[in-house]
Amino acid sequence: MPDFARPQTLADALRIRGEGGWRVLAGGTDLYPGAGRSLAGPILDLSAVAGLSGLQPGPELRIGAATPWTVLAEADLPRGLAALQQAAREVGGRQVQNAGTLGGNLCNASPAADGVPPLLVVGAEVELASPLGLRRIGLDAFLVGPRRTALRTDEVLTAVVIPQHGLRGRSAFVKLGARTHLVISIAMVAARVEVEAGRIVAAAISVGSCSPVAVRLPVVEAALVGSRLADAAARIDARAVQAALSPIDDVRATADYRRSAAVELVRCAVTKALG
Amino acid sequence: MIRFDLNGADVTVDAPPTERLSWTLRERLGKTGTKVGCDAGDCGACTVLLDGAAVCACLTPSARVAGRRVTTIEGETPELVRLRAAFHAFGAAQCGICTPGMLLTAADLLARNDRPSEAEVEVALGGVLCRCTGYRSIIAAVVAAGQGRLPNLDSVDDGVGASIGRLDGAAKVAGDSFGADDWPEGALVVAAVRSPHPHAAFVIGDLAAFRARPGVTAVHTAADIPGLNAFSVIPPFADQPAIAPSPARFRGECVALVAFEPDVEPDLSGFPITWTQLAFLASPEAAENGPPIHPNRPGNLLVQGRVVKGDAATALATSAHVVDGVMTTGFVEHAYIEPEAGAAWMEGDTLVIRACTQAPGMDRADTAAILGLPLDRVRIIPAATGGGFGSKLDISLQPLIGLVTLKSGRPSRMTYSRHESMISTTKRHPAEMQGRIGCDAEGRITGMEFEGRFDTGAYSSWGPTVANRVPVHASGPYLTPAISATARAIHTHGPVSGAFRGFGVPQGALWQETLYDRLADKAGIDRLEFRLRNALRDGDASATGQVLRAVGIHECLLALKPHWTRALTEARGQTGLGQTGQNQTNRGVGIAACWYGCGNTALPNPSTIRIGLSPRGEVVLHQGATDIGQGSNTVISQIAATALGLPLAAFRLVGPDTALTPDAGKTSASRQTFVTGRAAKAAAEALRARILRRANAGDGAVLSLDGPVLVARHLGLTARVDLAQLPTDAHGLCLTAEATYDPPTAPLDADGQGAPYAVYGYGAQMVELEVDQALGTVRLLKITAAHDVGRAINPMLARGQIEGGIAQGIGMALMEEYLPARTENLHDYLIPTFGDVPPIESLLIEVPDPEGPYGAKGLGEHVLIPTAPAILNAIRHATGAEITRVPALPHRVKEALTVAQNSSPKNFGALGDEGGP
Repeated sequence: MPDFARPQTLADALRIRGEGGWRVLAGGTDLYPGAGRSLAGPILDLSAVAGLSGLQPGPELRIGAATPWTVLAEADLPRGLAALQQAAREVGGRQVQNAGTLGGNLCNASPAADGVPPLLVVGAEVELASPLGLRRIGLDAFLVGPRRTALRTDEVLTAVVIPQHGLRGRSAFVKLGARTHLVISIAMVAARVEVEAGRIVAAAISVGSCSPVAVRLPVVEAALVGSRLADAAARIDARAVQAALSPIDDVRATADYRRSAAVELVRCAVTKALG
Repeated sequence: MIRFDLNGADVTVDAPPTERLSWTLRERLGKTGTKVGCDAGDCGACTVLLDGAAVCACLTPSARVAGRRVTTIEGETPELVRLRAAFHAFGAAQCGICTPGMLLTAADLLARNDRPSEAEVEVALGGVLCRCTGYRSIIAAVVAAGQGRLPNLDSVDDGVGASIGRLDGAAKVAGDSFGADDWPEGALVVAAVRSPHPHAAFVIGDLAAFRARPGVTAVHTAADIPGLNAFSVIPPFADQPAIAPSPARFRGECVALVAFEPDVEPDLSGFPITWTQLAFLASPEAAENGPPIHPNRPGNLLVQGRVVKGDAATALATSAHVVDGVMTTGFVEHAYIEPEAGAAWMEGDTLVIRACTQAPGMDRADTAAILGLPLDRVRIIPAATGGGFGSKLDISLQPLIGLVTLKSGRPSRMTYSRHESMISTTKRHPAEMQGRIGCDAEGRITGMEFEGRFDTGAYSSWGPTVANRVPVHASGPYLTPAISATARAIHTHGPVSGAFRGFGVPQGALWQETLYDRLADKAGIDRLEFRLRNALRDGDASATGQVLRAVGIHECLLALKPHWTRALTEARGQTGLGQTGQNQTNRGVGIAACWYGCGNTALPNPSTIRIGLSPRGEVVLHQGATDIGQGSNTVISQIAATALGLPLAAFRLVGPDTALTPDAGKTSASRQTFVTGRAAKAAAEALRARILRRANAGDGAVLSLDGPVLVARHLGLTARVDLAQLPTDAHGLCLTAEATYDPPTAPLDADGQGAPYAVYGYGAQMVELEVDQALGTVRLLKITAAHDVGRAINPMLARGQIEGGIAQGIGMALMEEYLPARTENLHDYLIPTFGDVPPIESLLIEVPDPEGPYGAKGLGEHVLIPTAPAILNAIRHATGAEITRVPALPHRVKEALTVAQNSSPKNFGALGDEGGP
């Protein structure tokens, strides 16, 4: 068995993946740290697979899994994806943004993955291909735990799909760390709001780095519906935010701090999304 | 085979497809201008352009560049040409290790946006770490490169006082040659087996089988050390093995070496070693009551430093106002972007080691002792050194590659991984400090009691220096009539604490300067005024009883005064919108000062400089002061040129190289400009005198070089000396002079009384910031820094030191804390990035010291000392939160804010003229 494959087509990629035992390489930004001079193989490099990178607008937006952050950040996208674009500008530095991919970020499934909260607030689904065909599941179902996904060993994540309703409204992303750039977040929040006649008619909020997998805050979201814009921040109940989270102490911050900061960041993200 | 365009050339390389592009470029294609700082995408040093877009070469599979265009620092694009010139003109390259990655990232930006703003530069370059410059000069350089407007540097003929570009600047912007970048053909690759535990016994099993592995050429353990397997930077304390016998005393300690053939990737898996973890002493508190790590050091006390003058207890008892307080700091990692690297080979029976270092002479002595060689059989050639900040004073890989080469007769090389660099090299001492300071009703300091306990880790390193320096400097630059100050360096099974920019003084200043703010408030005096009132003056006696002269602290504080007034006015009542859009940010202004003795503490530390004329008409400067980015190559040459009276353009620098250059001591203790500068001045003056005698010219003669002919003009007479006709000495020089300078000091007695330093430098910094009350985050707005340098030999390089030191002070204050086993990389261990260093206004104060060359004082460490306390003082001014442990991470600031909000309301720095929140 060779230890490296760089197929040109999805069909070939799936055939190879189906043999089992392959590690999938996309941007490489999560695989190389900790590696030696080369990656321990066998490595299935998806970077040459046609059609895996880029954006396909339509009623729903299809983002190729191998789309790098820079492409996302610089694309002209509906304002519902402003949070995703802001996150794309804060993943590592420009070097990492040029190489790292959205799909890789999801498959790596870090609790601090910057791509996840912005995608959760737009109801993103992931498209998974296998020799048996395609399936689509919600991102929330795909991420099953820290560093764990529902990706089967014969599957490849091919795209992230934003349903039409997720493109509506406006979103914002805030990320908190102890320095400005190259931040692995202490906590982060994405919020998306839809406004009609001066009132919030729909809201979606997601918090990352404060639980094993980033979560939505349905209770907080529901409380915002019907709110006048000026009252929105005040309607965000600290206890409702904190009830959804299960943060830990680590080198970056204490769990207590994360609980309190998350509340502020939720208020901040909602305010920014409304602004 | 991978075929691609490399800097315009069509290249084909046979490399494994997922080999890191950085490795392929460096090792297979010889493009060593691409630097490797972390192999994890955390530092950006290895940035190259792939079809014009910046990527980390360490994260790029080599197969992916097939058919594409790769640009490295060896390339030449219009953007790179402009940027190189701008980096040189702004002093934006110091050590040069991050420079290639910085330049390429900036080239990517300029290709997309040819006139970027400061903010755009900051964001675009945010993925590259620099540990030397503080980033501001880099931002300025990139903006200027975009605008096509570069400042005019002073002429290299202008000598002392001129802002000339670094003499080694062209190499820095081309990708300089560091320890990892040059090695003899066929060099064995050396890897170390290191302890995964802080304290563990170990048994090495059957090595025969491991030695028989393909590619393994040798395995060495402690038993193979031919000389004394114990070193220390201070020989009487020698206690650290180059390769440890059982037990290992800290996580990361080297316990065995394996040498591999050059074409083999080192693989230490399966190395036959069995570990038995032992109870370990994790803190000084536990260690003082625990079994001694070194049998001759009961209570794990390495050294206690002590300064006692007057009766501090009585003075405090009768003081109008007294404050007491504590301050705790953690391990701080030097985090230079260059992990340790070097190569060794034999030249005849001389072992030659070319490696990163701050102290070639000490490397030579230690390596010779460990390897059982006479001194003259070891030659140290310092490579360009990618930052040191104190840690590269201690030997690291020198005896390891030396041993392999000595035993095998073959050249060898070793490059630490980032992880290996972080776990095995020294750290800043964690400190637990407490004490009291009092003043009279007029705000004049009456007395101070200080007690500090410093975690010196498993081995001595610079622990004795820290223990002695801290009490000497505990008073700060203030007249303190009665003082009792002690500092204990206590061994633990933690990382070895050594030298880090300031030798413990930055920790002490955090304690003293934050207490000063509280004392000023108690006395009801403006905080700057309080410091001015107590600032040392010429003729005052220091805590060690030394009568001081050329004291510049008054001038520094006075220089800040208009800025202070402006900043307080601007901050008054300034609250802003926080991230949540509510009124929750508070502005604050903080101030802190420093003093720092230049050179060894009450110990000899001579420098020797040789200078001569070659038959070709060059001025040859044998310059043994190691330039690790701070600029000694340039500054020492400027001093020599001025003293000699010949233009710098005629100079050729030789060294440092222990076989060629006389010993100019270590690059440490802010001593090179002062001590080596004095030696250079003396040597150049002696050479001038010889020239004038030879030319029969008077003292005022103007010298010049006309090819190989030296011309001396004086009072209308012209004398010519044809250097080509003169006999040459062993160095190939025809007229030469050598001079040594050793600063005059007096030893400290049992009460710490004496004259430990010949020269002190002074400084004060003011920080403006805002604190987000809800999140506990701190945003720095501006830092104004006034430093008394005596005489600025090169103002541009001096400002570069100030900005870089401030960046490290910011890190110490707000984010840096090394936790063994938890922050052993550059994404969990945080150092400041582009966005974390605010605009810095440097005010160079010149109070000439009669002992310094042209009045110059040291600066390199001073610049870091006031930053962290000024930040804490500004946080307190903004919010009332008193931070007693650094780094002030957001959760710690938030906790302090909560305490402050729950305590009774106070007026922080809140006199009428201060305007608190």
